[in-house]
Amino acid sequence: MTVKKILLVLILTSTQVMAQPPRAVRPMRSPAYPDRPPADPATVERGKALYGVQCNFCHGSDARGGEGGPNLLRSELVLNDQKGELILPVVQNGRGEMPKLNLSAAQVSDIAEFIHSFRVGGYDVSRMTPLSIVVGDAQAGGAVFKTKCASCHSVMGDLKGIASKITDPKILQNTFLMPGGGFSRGRGGVNVPPTTVTVTLASGQKAEGRLVRIDDFMVTLDDAEAGQRTFRRDGDSPKVEIHDPLKPHRDLLPGYTDKEIHDLTSYLVTVK
Amino acid sequence: MMKIEKSLLAAICILPRLVFGQALDPALLTKPLGESWPTYSGDYSGKRYSSLKQIDQSNVKNLTLAWVSKVTPGAGAAGGGGRFGGGASAVIIGGEGTADMGGGGFGGASSVRASILEVNGILYFSMPDNAWAADARDGHELWHYFWKTKGGTHIGNRGLGMWGNWLYMETPDDFLVCLDAKTGKERWHKEIANFNQQYFSTMAPIVVGNHILIGTGNDLDEPGYVQARDPETGDVQWTFYTVPVKKGDAGLDTWGSLDGAKHGAGNVWIPGSYDPETHLYIFGTGNPSPAYTNPPSRAGDNLYTCSIVAVNVDTGKMAWYYQVNPHDTHDWDSTETPVLVDGEFNGRPRKMALHADRNGYFFTLDRLTGEHLVTGKFSEAANWVKELNANGQPIRSLEKDSTVAGSLVSPNNEGATNWPPPSYSPDTGLFYVPSNEAYAMYYLTETDPRGAMGLGGKEEDGLGTMGGYLTAIDYKTGKVAWRHRYPGTGGGLGNGILTTAGKLLFAGDLGGNLVAYDSANGKILWHTHLGRVTNAPETYLLDGHQYILVAAGDTLYAFTLY
Repeated sequence: MTVKKILLVLILTSTQVMAQPPRAVRPMRSPAYPDRPPADPATVERGKALYGVQCNFCHGSDARGGEGGPNLLRSELVLNDQKGELILPVVQNGRGEMPKLNLSAAQVSDIAEFIHSFRVGGYDVSRMTPLSIVVGDAQAGGAVFKTKCASCHSVMGDLKGIASKITDPKILQNTFLMPGGGFSRGRGGVNVPPTTVTVTLASGQKAEGRLVRIDDFMVTLDDAEAGQRTFRRDGDSPKVEIHDPLKPHRDLLPGYTDKEIHDLTSYLVTVK
Repeated sequence: MMKIEKSLLAAICILPRLVFGQALDPALLTKPLGESWPTYSGDYSGKRYSSLKQIDQSNVKNLTLAWVSKVTPGAGAAGGGGRFGGGASAVIIGGEGTADMGGGGFGGASSVRASILEVNGILYFSMPDNAWAADARDGHELWHYFWKTKGGTHIGNRGLGMWGNWLYMETPDDFLVCLDAKTGKERWHKEIANFNQQYFSTMAPIVVGNHILIGTGNDLDEPGYVQARDPETGDVQWTFYTVPVKKGDAGLDTWGSLDGAKHGAGNVWIPGSYDPETHLYIFGTGNPSPAYTNPPSRAGDNLYTCSIVAVNVDTGKMAWYYQVNPHDTHDWDSTETPVLVDGEFNGRPRKMALHADRNGYFFTLDRLTGEHLVTGKFSEAANWVKELNANGQPIRSLEKDSTVAGSLVSPNNEGATNWPPPSYSPDTGLFYVPSNEAYAMYYLTETDPRGAMGLGGKEEDGLGTMGGYLTAIDYKTGKVAWRHRYPGTGGGLGNGILTTAGKLLFAGDLGGNLVAYDSANGKILWHTHLGRVTNAPETYLLDGHQYILVAAGDTLYAFTLY
């Protein structure tokens, strides 16, 4: 009876999981560090104007530090402040190199709301992002291509128009380093052939297919005809040979200089 | 059948009451690791080498499942209860927040990633916000404590500390909670770090004498520290900051400014080891912050981040330090457990601390003085070092910092190794560590000369690995003695290691197996497939039987010989 009940609950639960978008079934949990509730926009605007006049020069227009003044966003005092109550005495009395400023409690409260309107977190979102990663020498990159890539690839053959297919140079760079790897996963548009494995039994009989999983004790392959087959491993028996189509890319990793990588990228972005 | 089960169940219910009331004898903490597991690493040395040898190379093939026990985190837990499936205990609820459920980011929040204490036949273990006691004979749950959280990064919890009858747990929203080990009822909780500054607390408290030693984590440029707290009241005894926080503090000349230094991180989120002879608590510190960008405020070596630090446990004063990663720019925390070893070095006995770092290098230090003895490179792929200086410190190549055009760097951010516990066996003289040979592109995405905050300002794109390994290192030379590659084209890090006087090494592999190896050479002697091993295996002796204990997600497995 109990078991049946548990099963029923499981079935109901899994139905719910299927029926709802993943976000909805995630356990209820507050965010790691909740954002402050949004302040009245008019208050923030007033605070921004006051900040611009009184604070901007030393602490920067984004409160991340400026000419002499520290970053306020990560300051212990500011992080503990709610509505200016901790900031007020510092502003009115000065502190260290900071002069005292003639501002009312209401004005400091407005400034505090402006400072608190910035999102603060350890995974800081980049603001001044670089325009391009392409900095190399295309001609030198052509020479790198000849020595490192040309034994398998050709810009007139399999890589013809590669820069038109992969238009983001960063994805292009990651893709030539490791097709399907990192940032390029699912975005490079490159079909990476699967890793395959050949298992040779003591009888001499061979099984071959896509490598599903392997550890020291088991190997599973997916054979188009027979489906998934698992073989027990006992040391060197049966013989297991893994065919990694990315091995040449893997083998190149230890040998690259960053300049070669950047040059190669500058060359490949011209292969339209 | 039914009747037998009932009577067995009754017997099991009575047993815990018989053993209850036996507090942790402090003498147990200073003994070499054997029958019990009373602290994070088993004993203070960090060796995770057990003197137990009932299970040895000749009989490990007969190792048998003793029991399985699954736990359910959260306020509404249905409970686990050992092999009869029932017997869940009522959930005791504490906390200052509102969240009812476990779970959270990084996969650590609903897995036992922690050290499990074994004291007088009872197991004590944790997940973030959750603590349990279970019978060590069959995994039967005795109590479950759940902390309603305000939030904080729920990356994992590394275990509980014990002093007499009391247990101590850190919470992600920065409290130290003291529980009664008999009942799981809360005695008190104290704030140990400021939640508004985005600290989070994961460390297993370490009990030394009448000090509860704690540390915290932070990803927002806030200063790291180790604190000693009173075991009865939770009050602060001393605080040791790992970075300068005021004018005149030592190490300030290794930062560009005081503001940079006191926002320089160096958090201590994995327990250290303790040397009872010298009263030194020896631990590793985290990365400097901001982690990937180089604002002028961070100019210099950034002491005492990415260092091995020895602090006198009575005074909180630093005795020595050795920085293993001057001016780190890859978020390679050096919190990996320092392992305290007495052994021969250059023909004479030495007291040493051994440390394998996330940056791919291994260090042997004199633990009395901090004198550098050996630097070895245990990661073949590591490519970020320009040179070792005269003091054996790896000095970084500037071009391997994150760059706009991308830098090809090994290790990846996860590291050549990470916090999962290493081990040392005096039988072999070898230090064992999970290792990985991964490459990544590190792109600088923030060109503001003031840098980013915390972990911002870079994008890391993984490029795969040359393999994941179980690696054995000779501390005398720093060279790899042998290593076992996990098969396949992938890699990754195992979750920690146990060695025993049975000349065995136990570790989870990357395929979900618990494996017993010959500690001398890595030869495989036994294995069982559990799906995913999530902590470092442990061992204890009960009723004359040695048990091997390991966690796989939300389930504990114990093995023994019959």
